[in-house]
Amino acid sequence: MVFESLADKLQQTFKKLRGKGKLSESDVAEALKEVRMALLEADVNFKVVKDLVAKIKERAIGQEVLESLTPAQHVIKIVNEELTNLMGGTQSRIAIASRPPTVIMLVGLQGAGKTTTAGKLAHLLKRQGKQPLMVAADVYRPAAIKQLEVLGEQLEIPVFTMGQDNPVNIAKKAVDQALMMARDIVIIDTAGRLHINEDLMNELKSIKQTVKPHEILLVVDAMTGQDAVNVAESFNNDLGLDGIILTKLDGDARGGAALSIKAVTGLPIKFAGMGEKLDALEAFHPDRMASRILGMGDVLSLIEKAESAISLEKAQEMQKKLRKEDFTLDDFLEQIEQVRKLGPLDQILGMLPGMGKLKGLQGLDIDNKEVKHIIAIIRSMTSKERRDPAVINGSRRKRIALGSGTRVQDVNRLLKQFGEAKKMMKRLKDMQKSGKKSNFKLPFMN
Amino acid sequence: MGFFDKLKAGLEKTRKSFTEKIEQLVIGYATIEDELLDDLEAVLLSADVGVPTTTKLMTEIRSGIKSKQINSPDDLKPFLQEKINTMLLSKHYAEATQYAPPVVMLIVGVNGVGKTTTIGKLANYYHEAGKRVLIAAADTFRAAAIDQLEIWGQRTGSEIIKHAEGSDPAAVAFDAVQAAKARKVDIVIIDTAGRLHTKANLMEELKKINRVIAKEVPAAPHETLLILDATTGQNAINQAKLFGEAVALTGVVLTKLDGTAKGGVVIAINNELSLPVKWIGVGEGVNDLRPFDAAEFAAALFADK
Repeated sequence: MVFESLADKLQQTFKKLRGKGKLSESDVAEALKEVRMALLEADVNFKVVKDLVAKIKERAIGQEVLESLTPAQHVIKIVNEELTNLMGGTQSRIAIASRPPTVIMLVGLQGAGKTTTAGKLAHLLKRQGKQPLMVAADVYRPAAIKQLEVLGEQLEIPVFTMGQDNPVNIAKKAVDQALMMARDIVIIDTAGRLHINEDLMNELKSIKQTVKPHEILLVVDAMTGQDAVNVAESFNNDLGLDGIILTKLDGDARGGAALSIKAVTGLPIKFAGMGEKLDALEAFHPDRMASRILGMGDVLSLIEKAESAISLEKAQEMQKKLRKEDFTLDDFLEQIEQVRKLGPLDQILGMLPGMGKLKGLQGLDIDNKEVKHIIAIIRSMTSKERRDPAVINGSRRKRIALGSGTRVQDVNRLLKQFGEAKKMMKRLKDMQKSGKKSNFKLPFMN
Repeated sequence: MGFFDKLKAGLEKTRKSFTEKIEQLVIGYATIEDELLDDLEAVLLSADVGVPTTTKLMTEIRSGIKSKQINSPDDLKPFLQEKINTMLLSKHYAEATQYAPPVVMLIVGVNGVGKTTTIGKLANYYHEAGKRVLIAAADTFRAAAIDQLEIWGQRTGSEIIKHAEGSDPAAVAFDAVQAAKARKVDIVIIDTAGRLHTKANLMEELKKINRVIAKEVPAAPHETLLILDATTGQNAINQAKLFGEAVALTGVVLTKLDGTAKGGVVIAINNELSLPVKWIGVGEGVNDLRPFDAAEFAAALFADK
């Protein structure tokens, strides 16, 4: 990616200091300059950055850093903690009214993703056993009403429309309609507007006064720049928001806007849009957002993904086999398939810390096709061949290549790779035997 | 209101957060101090100019101080204005309509930046210039995107080629280009579905559209415009890079520059990518999209009240 991860940058900064033994105030200042840049590059508002850096400096200078064995890791840890603090706890809940219907109003700038989010939110609530009604109150954008109607059809959720009528009127009638239809949730999709457009902001105020929504949620594009703070502040001042929904978080935006909004308004970020499909609205994880802003990869998400895809028993079995050295091509195949269950390889690599930098290098394109070929080759082998690759002679190689639709060279390469992998495992084992502990550690993990 | 006035009005907020802040800063200091320079840096950063471009501008200012080009705080604003001017003016680009018809324009961008609206405005611009315009509704993914485009087609008197929702966008593009040749249309504008630049499969889809139209009309698409939302922060640079890797971009359209946006990203895009900003949108009206004029933009940015 474009940005080097902060972790990498800090490592470099502290490399220069190696052998010095002590960290002075100016050393810390150097590191904090990198922190500041990383936060600004992530679109965190510069005022928020200023406050944060001051706070981190206070904590970093002095004992804490001196005591730490790896200063870079320690500074990152402090930064991460401060960011996580600032992001606050999770609060991905919609306050349900004691007397239905619960009225939810979605507001935001043009193109933030309000209409799509309305559909996603309705779908989420429907899955929780609610009966939502969606309301098309965006009467300005061409075909916005149609868009909501199409979403309603796809989700089998009713949509209330009144053409290009007055939005205040539409909202009022919609709530009446919900009462009659016994729908317990009303989601009002409003037109996108600039926060400085007084007429349109007044329209929202009237809707608020008329239907008294239980939740007014601001829909914010995760890619928004420095202006995010002003947008959130003025919507909040005018309407009194209850929370934020962050959209388009499935891209590579660092999402500094989220941090800025939280820091300035104190509003909880309730949900995050993670994809184009209608079920891609997820709970928001503040701690993960902190790592993401720093460009440290989403280790937690990866661990969670791995846990759900790979069964514990299989992993233990595999470990045993590795130790006993009877690792066969069958196991190799199984391993590949387990990893593939996690998703596209480049996506997985993107979640690992430090990989953000590697991805920028040309040529490190993880080729999914090649993985498919490997699987095809192994599947074209007999079980005897898989257990003992030594028996694979020339004619067997030809047969395997033919069976898997590859060339003999491909089969040769795979066998060679497998042989090397086995050798490496043996070496690793010997190393462990001789008592050398591996000192592989993830950065900033306690 | 003339377009320059509109641009000035549209950039009012940018000016407030940018020029006026600089002016206030300058008044607050009798001599050039480190603190003043730090504050100046903050003004640039808060306008979404971005770290690399801000660093470059600050380096130039510091060397300007050393070489005595800047002697007092009062010299800072004109110096900065000149540097930004040069940055914006250094790139020059050709008009799309210089090619033999049909000129094919491919419109790409992430979700919600205003692609469909921009196409409506583009169609209007060329229609008013006396061109025959055909729009291809190749956003077959988003619900009602085709309907939205049809309304724009009616408003601007443009022909439209569409398939059913969910059909192959490359097929729509192909049909549109073929129809354009048969009907002797001057300009074909192809709408595409919004897509995040990180989705490899969707980038492949764009490449396919490109291949298909290049087969029908050699050298097409003549223009591939990336639509960027001016409220976007530094991710705009990523978007331009990754879209550029998939399809050869010829320029950027900056939308929603009215009122709210900081617009500093224009400077960043000019500096960090050799990608010209070709059009800017400063309002919701059908006439509020105009070719980007760097000199005009810089003048509006630094205009006096």
